[in-house]
Amino acid sequence: MSGVPLSWWLVLATALFGIGALGVVTRRNALVVLMSLELMLNGVNVAFLAFARARGDSLAHAAVFIVMAVAAAEVAVGLALAIALFRHGGNVDLDRARRMKG
Amino acid sequence: MHALVRDNVGTLLWVVVFAPLAGAIVNGILGPRLKRGTVSLVGVGAPVVAFVASALATWGLAGREAVSTTLFTWIQAGPIRVDLSLWLDPLSAVMILIVTGIGSLIHLYSTGYMHGDPSYSRYFSHLNLFLFAMLLLVLGKSLLLLFVGWEGVGLCSYLLIGFWFDDMAKAVAGKKAFLVNRIGDFGFLLGMFVLVFWMEGSLDVPALRDAVDMGGGHFVPGGTGVMLVTLALFLGATGKSAQIPLHVWLPDAMAGPTPVSALIHAATMVTAGVYMIARLNFLFALAPTTMAIVALTGAATALFAASIGLVQNDIKKVLAYSTVSQLGYMVLGAGVGAFGAGVFHLMTHAFFKACLFLGAGSVIHAMAGCQDIRLMGGLGKRMPWTRATFLVSTLAIAGVPLLSGFFSKDEILYKTLALQPASGPVAGWIGPLCFAMALAAALLTATYMFRLYFLTFSGELRSHHAHPHESPASMTIPLVVLAAGAALAGYVGLPIEHLNFWEHWLHPVFEDGAARFVSTGSHALEYGLMGVSTVVACGGIALAWALWRGPLTHVPAKAAAAAGGFYRLVCDRYRIDELYDAIAIRPFQALARVTHRWLDAFGIDAVLVNGPPRAVGWIGSIVRVAANGDVQAYAAALFVGLAVLLWLVIP
Repeated sequence: MSGVPLSWWLVLATALFGIGALGVVTRRNALVVLMSLELMLNGVNVAFLAFARARGDSLAHAAVFIVMAVAAAEVAVGLALAIALFRHGGNVDLDRARRMKG
Repeated sequence: MHALVRDNVGTLLWVVVFAPLAGAIVNGILGPRLKRGTVSLVGVGAPVVAFVASALATWGLAGREAVSTTLFTWIQAGPIRVDLSLWLDPLSAVMILIVTGIGSLIHLYSTGYMHGDPSYSRYFSHLNLFLFAMLLLVLGKSLLLLFVGWEGVGLCSYLLIGFWFDDMAKAVAGKKAFLVNRIGDFGFLLGMFVLVFWMEGSLDVPALRDAVDMGGGHFVPGGTGVMLVTLALFLGATGKSAQIPLHVWLPDAMAGPTPVSALIHAATMVTAGVYMIARLNFLFALAPTTMAIVALTGAATALFAASIGLVQNDIKKVLAYSTVSQLGYMVLGAGVGAFGAGVFHLMTHAFFKACLFLGAGSVIHAMAGCQDIRLMGGLGKRMPWTRATFLVSTLAIAGVPLLSGFFSKDEILYKTLALQPASGPVAGWIGPLCFAMALAAALLTATYMFRLYFLTFSGELRSHHAHPHESPASMTIPLVVLAAGAALAGYVGLPIEHLNFWEHWLHPVFEDGAARFVSTGSHALEYGLMGVSTVVACGGIALAWALWRGPLTHVPAKAAAAAGGFYRLVCDRYRIDELYDAIAIRPFQALARVTHRWLDAFGIDAVLVNGPPRAVGWIGSIVRVAANGDVQAYAAALFVGLAVLLWLVIP
């Protein structure tokens, strides 16, 4: 573990973030979008922890825990929205959900 | 008793002013819910109370120069201080007696005339409000308070001319009266502004008089400043008293109910201009040039209006032009320095013209609304009281000896010739010219008034639809009282030194103004002129008899045909209205259309008001494309932005 260089960790974090972002932007299913969001958050977490280890500074761990708590809350809200969406329209297709505007 | 009254004149003055106001408020607010009898009682009771209080106050005033009473300080701003003060001097005493006395009779008459009108209480409310404003005008100690009354009577005049406002023509007549008066009011205001500067904050008439007595400052006899100020004030008088060039509103004002014409547009409000000049006689007398202009305006108006009165066929229009003409006499009197004579004519005119208007109202009432004298005739047999009172008043206005109009008109004529300004560059021909015009007007007055009388009351009824009948007692009683006044009012001012109670009574008010004029007349001239006036009056009556009753009845039509264009010009009231329409109203309306189109509709509405929201809307319609509600698109934009930022930041 200690033999893995920082840059590799960062590549992993960026990849996770990028895959998540791509999913958020392109997928139409609300559940997949939520999962992609989790990927992005975890990509960020990986980056935090990688820097923490490289610098020998444990303060970033706190940030990671906050992110996890926020992510949990976000999932709770997001899933509630998805269920409301499903009850309303019979599916969780985000393109159709746009009709709610106005 | 006299001592008690004497000590309470101040209180009585407040009763005089506020009794009509109370009547106006009661009838104005509660009127529609009250019974007719109660409305009449309040409406007629208020002026009667005011009249009794006026009579007592005048009695209490006797022997003193003036009584002043202050309620509170109305305006206090730096050096400017205006109190709500009333001021009773011999002149205002005469005026309040005329206003409340004739006002009471006309209110009584109105209960008969307006009987059955759906807006009965509104009518009495406005009429009482008018009396309040007129009494405030007359009694105001400060010029500013006088102006408040001045505007108040203008407002009531407007309200009562347009009393039947569902008739468009009547509503327009009211508006015209109001607007024309505004022009005069502008002059009045301008004069007051200058005076308040000169006086360093006070507009009280007694203070002004003291300042003029002291002389110095701006109050230089013959000075340009005084001339301009008095001219501005005179502009106000021409508006209110319907003198050339602002006479155009008065004939149209006949659209109001006939008692209103009698009270406001004959006996009281229209004399406010004359009253104002008389009130400020000491100031006007300082400016001989202004006085000459006043005299010429009065004489020209007297002649000019009389000539129009000769060809009118509407009974009220004839009387309206007659009023303009008689107001011309009063202004002429004031202009030649005979202030007492001007106010004397004001008083006698109030009696006979109110009686004539009320008589005309009685006739119109009997003819079921018809006002065209060509359709009347023979009414004398059916309406004996109306006819008798109308005849007395017609004789009085024509200047037949021993009736009131003879004494007052003759005094003006005599003083026009006799009085000269003691100093000042005024041409000698002005007096004789004014006299000639006034004498010609006197001839025309006798002629057109008897034309009116013969066409209305003599001969046979020419309308086949009307069934005339005598009016009820509530209308004939005021007629009889006014006719008695028209016959006898002149005897307070007999042209005999020791019996001229009128001049003696008003002497303290006019002595300063009169001192600036010298009399070149003599008793021979005075009595000679009486003979001339008598001949002129009788000649005018004989002419009217011959032309409209006697052997020459075919002549008027022929003369009209021979005069052709000139006759039509006179019939069209010299087309003054058309002239104003062309030079003032239409350019003004064109200007209004341009400003409406370009300043208002385009500049303000389109650009300033609707411009910003429209621009915002336009920008929004473009930007809206980006805010389409697709969260994923927002996220994509976010990531693209992030990528760009990173690319820029990371070297």
